[in-house]
Amino acid sequence: MSAGRDPLAAAGAGPEGGAAAPAISIRGVRKVFASGGAEVVALDGIDLDVAPGELVCLLGPSGCGKSTLLNAVAGFAPPTAGTIVANGRPATAPGPDRAMVFQEYALFPWMTVERNVAFGLEMKGASRAEIRATVDRLLAMLHLRDFRARFPKDLSGGMRQRVAIARVLAIDPPMLLMDEPFGALDALTRRNLQDELLRIWAELGKTILFVTHGIEESIYLADRVVVMTYRPGTVKRIVPVTLPRPRDPASPEFNALKREVSALVMEEQALHEAAETSGAAGE
Amino acid sequence: MRRRALALARALVVPLLALAGWEAISDAGWVSPLLLPPPSRVFLRLLAYARPLEPFDPAAGSWLAWAFSGELPHDAMTSLTRVGVGFAIGAGLALPLGLLMGAKPFVHDLMNPVVQLLRPIPPIAFIPLAILWFGLGNPPAFFLISLGAFFPVLMNTIAGVRNVDAIYLRAARNLGASEWTIFRRVMVPAAMPYILAGVRVGIGVAFIVVIVAEMIAVNAGLGYRILEAREYFWSDKVIAGMISIGLAGLGIDLAMNRLNAWLLRWHRGLEG
Repeated sequence: MSAGRDPLAAAGAGPEGGAAAPAISIRGVRKVFASGGAEVVALDGIDLDVAPGELVCLLGPSGCGKSTLLNAVAGFAPPTAGTIVANGRPATAPGPDRAMVFQEYALFPWMTVERNVAFGLEMKGASRAEIRATVDRLLAMLHLRDFRARFPKDLSGGMRQRVAIARVLAIDPPMLLMDEPFGALDALTRRNLQDELLRIWAELGKTILFVTHGIEESIYLADRVVVMTYRPGTVKRIVPVTLPRPRDPASPEFNALKREVSALVMEEQALHEAAETSGAAGE
Repeated sequence: MRRRALALARALVVPLLALAGWEAISDAGWVSPLLLPPPSRVFLRLLAYARPLEPFDPAAGSWLAWAFSGELPHDAMTSLTRVGVGFAIGAGLALPLGLLMGAKPFVHDLMNPVVQLLRPIPPIAFIPLAILWFGLGNPPAFFLISLGAFFPVLMNTIAGVRNVDAIYLRAARNLGASEWTIFRRVMVPAAMPYILAGVRVGIGVAFIVVIVAEMIAVNAGLGYRILEAREYFWSDKVIAGMISIGLAGLGIDLAMNRLNAWLLRWHRGLEG
């Protein structure tokens, strides 16, 4: 597994930090939900740029709005205020340029692995030969070749998530949006898929916005970790991770970062718990 | 092997005891054989009902046609054809309407009052109207059977479409599917477990309705035959006919089960 990325593969953009336009540009995003008569401010004043080919993790306690932000970028639930520009276009509706990988996999259970991976290509109107070639390539890349005729119910969670990743890679999107994709997996499978994701990312140079509540996961994967505050969700701190890949979670440098990020997250977690208990006491 | 033999033996104990008791009661002359014939006579009558009427004549046609030339195969085919045609009409109308009502709240609001008003009326209650409208013979039977099949399929299709997990719709939209494609390739298959459950209930109702319809408006079929037998006081034939109806119903249900298992081979609910 190599940390070096082919700059040519990075969606036609130059090296990050250069003059290239960001892949995702989030400006002043605010999201308000109506919750039983009361209004809940889920996100407030979010400003964030993600460079092309960058891997950014959104990290925070549950309820901090990180998934809400991801859904807004995906175009599933537009923000109440503010703008999101992705791949040079306002992200007001879902589109195949921002492919989403869900924690629940969201594979179509009535389709075989092969049909699931082919689905997006069929939507594009790709030719039969092209579909076949792409599906073969991706099934090989994600070690799914022996499972092409299986239905999702016959696969383990890790396998299902591989299929889901292959399914979005099939449409060759410039960016992947991942919503706690490995959250439901056991620790070994998770590490395995994290490595797999890093390998694919290095190979294909996709921009990845990755939501997680795993501190170690975020440091293991990300170029930058965006730590969010608890309700309303704002950007608390952006922690750059410059450790070379592959990263060793047992190394002192990794652990120093982990302590730093943990402290930030725990502050928010404490606020979260205080809010829960006072809310419960008030009822 | 031994366990399966034991299980089979256990399954047969009560039916054999019941048959023996029934035979004993009839032989003892406690009840008139006109009202309750012994099972041995019912069995013989069933054979006679099922047997070809003419001896085999190679000149008249194939061996297979001869084997099914008896009264029972003819009646069974007549009834099953009515179920098939009636069900196809009823389900053929219910499926598109159900999909539309499930997917489009506007259509649901438009159609739901009428559906809710008509649904509680048992199909049997339509018999007088069916005869007025369609006369005698097959048309009123088709009407009643399709009515019986219509509502279970409709209600389940609506529920199925409404219960499609939103995450599949998001995933499909995210992969660039158009609304029509989402409907065709996501909503319909996702609703399939519900729809097939409705189909199964619908066929069951159709089978009930066919027997009743045949008692009224036609002159062939399993339902007609048992009513005819009663008029001649052939209670053994009545019971033989009932057994045939039971077997036909069982056959339909087994066939449906096989079809469902194949269509829903992707579905978790069928595991174990």
